[in-house]
Amino acid sequence: MKLNYRIVIFALAITFGVFFSAPSLFQMDDGKKVTLGLDLQGGLHMLLGVKTEEATKSRIKSITASIKHFAERKDILLDGLKFDDTTVSFSLLDEDDAGHIKEFLSKVEGSHIVTSGASYSLSLTDEEVLKTEQEAISQAIETIRNRLDQFGLAEPIVARQGAEKILVQLAGIKTQEEEQRARELISRAAKLELMAVDEDRAARVYTMSQADAREYGDVILEDAKNPQIKHLVREIPILDGGMLTDANMGFNQNNKPQINFTLNAEGAEIFGDFTGRNVGKRLAVVLDGKVYSDPVINERIGGGSGQISGSYTVMEAKDLAIALRSGALLAPIYLMEKRSVGPSLGADSIKASMVALIGGFVLVIIFMIVYYRMAGVIANMALIANLFIILAVMSLFGATLTLPGMAGIVLTVGMAVDANVIISERIRELVYQGKSMHKAIEEGYSNAMRAILDANITTLIAAVVLYVYGTGAIKGFAITISIGILASMLTAILGTHGIYSMLENKIQKSKNNRFWFGIKG
Amino acid sequence: MEFFKYTRTFNFMGKSKFALVVSIFLVLSSYILLATKGLNYGVDFAGGTIVQVKYDTAAPIDAMREKLKTNEIFANASITEFGSEDEVVIRMKTTTGNVTVDIGDLTREALNGTGNYEIRRVDIVGPTVGAELKEKGIMSLVLAVIGILIYVAFRFEWRFAVASIIALVHDVSIALGAITLVGLDVNLDVLAALLTILGYSLNDTIIVFDRIREGITNSKNSDLTDTVNESVTRTLARTTLTSLTTFFVVFTLFMFGGEIIHPFAFTLLVGVVIGTYSSVFVASPILIWFGFDVKNYHVKLANKAKREAEKQRMRDQYESGVM
Repeated sequence: MKLNYRIVIFALAITFGVFFSAPSLFQMDDGKKVTLGLDLQGGLHMLLGVKTEEATKSRIKSITASIKHFAERKDILLDGLKFDDTTVSFSLLDEDDAGHIKEFLSKVEGSHIVTSGASYSLSLTDEEVLKTEQEAISQAIETIRNRLDQFGLAEPIVARQGAEKILVQLAGIKTQEEEQRARELISRAAKLELMAVDEDRAARVYTMSQADAREYGDVILEDAKNPQIKHLVREIPILDGGMLTDANMGFNQNNKPQINFTLNAEGAEIFGDFTGRNVGKRLAVVLDGKVYSDPVINERIGGGSGQISGSYTVMEAKDLAIALRSGALLAPIYLMEKRSVGPSLGADSIKASMVALIGGFVLVIIFMIVYYRMAGVIANMALIANLFIILAVMSLFGATLTLPGMAGIVLTVGMAVDANVIISERIRELVYQGKSMHKAIEEGYSNAMRAILDANITTLIAAVVLYVYGTGAIKGFAITISIGILASMLTAILGTHGIYSMLENKIQKSKNNRFWFGIKG
Repeated sequence: MEFFKYTRTFNFMGKSKFALVVSIFLVLSSYILLATKGLNYGVDFAGGTIVQVKYDTAAPIDAMREKLKTNEIFANASITEFGSEDEVVIRMKTTTGNVTVDIGDLTREALNGTGNYEIRRVDIVGPTVGAELKEKGIMSLVLAVIGILIYVAFRFEWRFAVASIIALVHDVSIALGAITLVGLDVNLDVLAALLTILGYSLNDTIIVFDRIREGITNSKNSDLTDTVNESVTRTLARTTLTSLTTFFVVFTLFMFGGEIIHPFAFTLLVGVVIGTYSSVFVASPILIWFGFDVKNYHVKLANKAKREAEKQRMRDQYESGVM
């Protein structure tokens, strides 16, 4: 028995494997653990798209609102201020105001202004449209992340995928209700608008079509509580949720949940101005296109705070406050892909793949011992070390173990012994030729080496391609099989070589080839 | 224990005509199946929806069908048992874009009144994502083949590379044929299995080729068929053994790995068997048919050795200061 560098490296590798896989194996509190994929622990995976064209529309709408407010403050009279999907247009009644209005318009970023006489039209440049769309995506990611951070699930993942998709992954969702709540929170536009009720025509709302309303610069909105009730409000909002600084759940005098919100300085000023000028008229609180309330303005409201009352449960009010606080989505999102796995299915998958792993493992172990005797035992040691190392490396890098990943480990069990089969066959051959044990081992390894390397590298090429082009759970397969192959070079080649070198004299002396290699002589 | 003795060389190449017939038959049948029945793309590539439902008792499939008829969004929905009679999978070609209420939620509502059930899995793949995954999938197969081709050509000779690629195409074709035959849903996991077959089958081929190369280099015999026969015989134990161990694990995966892993395990199972067969009976005969010239190779090797020797001589002379 003598020590050699191979056996030392092998021992170190086993120590590494056992040490770093222990936290995952025994679910210890400290140490890095391997993460279970959503298909194993249950969870929600979604790929969301952003309707970016909506962002441009809403940008135009808010420019319109700001022009209106500016004109009112400066007592500039505008005629026919209106907007469509791409353009704001109006004309000046008094040409003397041209200087003021031009100065104001020039401050609007990325705008393209066309004037002819007293009429003005403003649209966004192509670059600005692109910028707005890009911003809508990054803002959506930011907003969804903020909302989910406050939702109370551990480590939600929100990331951009490709140029314009958003990946959302939520692990540990327990029930269908919880999943639906999360989805509502994510997709809620949370667009708050304060709008003026058109008191002159409000009585005629039920006989009007949306097109008629547009003629007057109005829009018909449904009531949040009862969709049958309609409200006629001015199309250009007084202000929108962009000027909101805080939103919280509170209770009204009837002890019903409501949302209290606070506006920033600019919003408070606009709100104060408007309420001051419109005492006795009604103000509609509009959220996501629905009217939640339309209280009569009794006096000028300063301080910039308000309430949204509605018939919500405490949970709904809390989620709504989170959504408002995290900001509105500049553009609506839509579902491109969803994969949702219930926790019970995940548990079943873990159980089934464990049975397959243990079953396959036991079969291979027994087969190797029956066929190769001691050489089989040595190969099995390498195999066990390999499994520890796979788990250790995955834990260390925080890799995700998915169901295909489990399949990859099962497959590794079958394929990792390949190296030992090749080597053992070579050694048997050399022993038959009557070579000394030392020669048989050394030549056996060096002859087998080339083939093993070539074979492993080609499998690795396929695995790497799969990793780069694969998505979701499939990546997990590429990961486990790659680590398994690399680890097998260390355990099945280097490790077993070390063991043989150590035992070489003993094997030579014993002359019992049946015991050591399962062959006669 | 020993399955094979090295005392006798099997005449594998003598059987290669018969193998050729078998291979051509299998590959052609696969292509005919692919052309007539066609691959059954699952939601990953075709887009669509899968809802997996588990009932307390046997799933009332007829009642479920009736319920699903009420909404045309479920048109063409197919309901099949999944592993046990309590559990079913509903497959639909339709998808929805609404984040808050999706087709999975609609299905759950629609099934109200069919008994006690739990929705265990909802997969919705929109058409854009499906098309993208398909494109990526095809790319990955092509890239893997090219990568492997380059590597083998670099490590061996071009004839070896082409022979191994033909064997690969052979294996993947037959695997695809088998998938079509049993009507498996082709999803990402099946693609992963196909890529694994690429790697695995090549693995086998390379072990045999490596031995052939070694045989060619070492033996004085310039008859390629003899060398190939001897090399294949010598690697036969290994080929069988590794295939056996791999077959064991894939088989346990197929039997016990659960319903979700079934298509993956099935594809691998076919691949392991075909991959083993092809490395012996497809890749090696092709090498012979390509007319790999052993004599020429020996001459080349000799020339190379001569050049090396000449270089060494020059170096020695230089070092001893003659030049």
